[in-house]
Amino acid sequence: MGIAVSISGVIKRYGALEALAGVSLEIAEGEFFGLLGPNGAGKTTLISCLAGLSRPTAGSIRVLGHDVGRDYRAARRLLGVVPQELVFDPFFTVRECLRFQSGYYGIAGNDDWIDEILANLDLTAKADTNMRRLSGGMKRRVLVAQALVHKPPVIVLDEPTAGVDVELRQGLWQFMRRLNGEGHTIILTTHYLEEAETLCGRIALLKAGRVVALDSTASLLARFSAHALALKLPAGRVLPPELSELACGERDGMQLLRLENFAAVEGVLARLRESGVQIEDMRLSPPDLEEVFVKVMSQ
Amino acid sequence: MIGFLTLLRKELLRFWRVVFQTVAAPVLTALLYLLIFAHVLDAHVAVHGVRYTAFLIPGLVMMQVLQNAFANSSSSLIQSRVTGSIVFLLLPPISYGAFWGAFVLASVIRGLVVGIGVLAVTIWFAPAWPAHPLWALAFAMLGGAVLGTLGVIGGMWAEKFDQLAAFQNFLIMPLTMLSGVFYSIHSLPPFWQAVSHYNPVFYMIDGFRYGFFGVSDVAPERGLAIVAACFVLAGGLTLCLLKQGWKLRT
Repeated sequence: MGIAVSISGVIKRYGALEALAGVSLEIAEGEFFGLLGPNGAGKTTLISCLAGLSRPTAGSIRVLGHDVGRDYRAARRLLGVVPQELVFDPFFTVRECLRFQSGYYGIAGNDDWIDEILANLDLTAKADTNMRRLSGGMKRRVLVAQALVHKPPVIVLDEPTAGVDVELRQGLWQFMRRLNGEGHTIILTTHYLEEAETLCGRIALLKAGRVVALDSTASLLARFSAHALALKLPAGRVLPPELSELACGERDGMQLLRLENFAAVEGVLARLRESGVQIEDMRLSPPDLEEVFVKVMSQ
Repeated sequence: MIGFLTLLRKELLRFWRVVFQTVAAPVLTALLYLLIFAHVLDAHVAVHGVRYTAFLIPGLVMMQVLQNAFANSSSSLIQSRVTGSIVFLLLPPISYGAFWGAFVLASVIRGLVVGIGVLAVTIWFAPAWPAHPLWALAFAMLGGAVLGTLGVIGGMWAEKFDQLAAFQNFLIMPLTMLSGVFYSIHSLPPFWQAVSHYNPVFYMIDGFRYGFFGVSDVAPERGLAIVAACFVLAGGLTLCLLKQGWKLRT
């Protein structure tokens, strides 16, 4: 696998504000990569630098070996970017917008692929509708379609599901999984951490313009999260002393125990039985990215 | 080349979709100018031995060519920037030259369409048919290209619609209105005659009028050279600004 995107020591300053403070990372071809962080962490700035919308103050970015500054035309041909803002051209229909976008990338007679994108994003019925007449969700779909008209090997999705319904989300992710399966590299920023956890094989966490964690999703979950066992005990009963060291708080009137793995549940239940403590209710939660996010950001 | 042609087609379709606003309205404005000024002055004034109404027609045609060429590129760019849809042009691999060329050529074409419209509705009022159509066409195209280029600069510079309106009302409009559309500069006092020679739009109007009547305040070759020099300067500046991503890329 080659390197799809190489970001090396990228600094971006807006006056006194340092939006990116030396970001370096590499994304391999065919990866589904997550770029996460709180508002203002620098995700969109980094994507803007990658897409050529902003110019880094220092550092370099390459897309499949092409520098986004010096070799901008080749780099841009390889990228498809879904912008975060819901923007559209009010003069044209959906199909016209997609034809124009194809033409900007030097592709004429692209209607077969445009039809396929429209079908996959459930936009076929709206193909000849003016952009002004579309709902917000439909406009978001067109933004995705516009990013895909030139079949870019690297697709960047900047919060593509912000404010859209469940149906579109599921349809979009199904389509993206298919494209990823066909070899497209996908870079995703989102505030929906469960989406990133489900889709992304590797994740970078950004904070104040720096990468503060970069690893496979599984490794991040293993390092920063754990199974949480919630137990409801009868009134007046407390955990046996041997289990109290696992306690990590309360939620909805239930004791929370932190377990390293699923198998540890059996040991906990055995200790409770030995101590004669009955359980009124029990829930087991797997590790989740939200916990990883909170822990990493609070470090 | 496909990128250039696509952007050109998009820009042409954009103004054609609102043809009443972009073509019919300026044609009507020019017609009203002609009706009012011709009614007041035709019996009293002749310029270069030509009836005032006939003298006025090419001036009005060229004024609308220039103003609409500026309006096309500037309004398209400011609208794209304010709505954010400019991103659709910034993400693809369109070269600076193709970007500039498409906007300027679309501006020239809109200017010519409006100019032909103005000529078509005003020609009935006085004999004003081009005696040297190639000279008229050369000045119209080159003048439209200069104003289309200035429109690109204005559209990049302005952050808001009122800033663009200021650019248009306080720079472009005075340059066109004070360029000899309604008069020959020989009718001005010597000081203002001299000042007029620093206004590039004067050469565009004067040269275009030469294409109609074969007479002008300045030799057409000299006028065309000055307009061409303005085009090279404005075009070069615009290409530099586009290459830097001035106001477009942060």
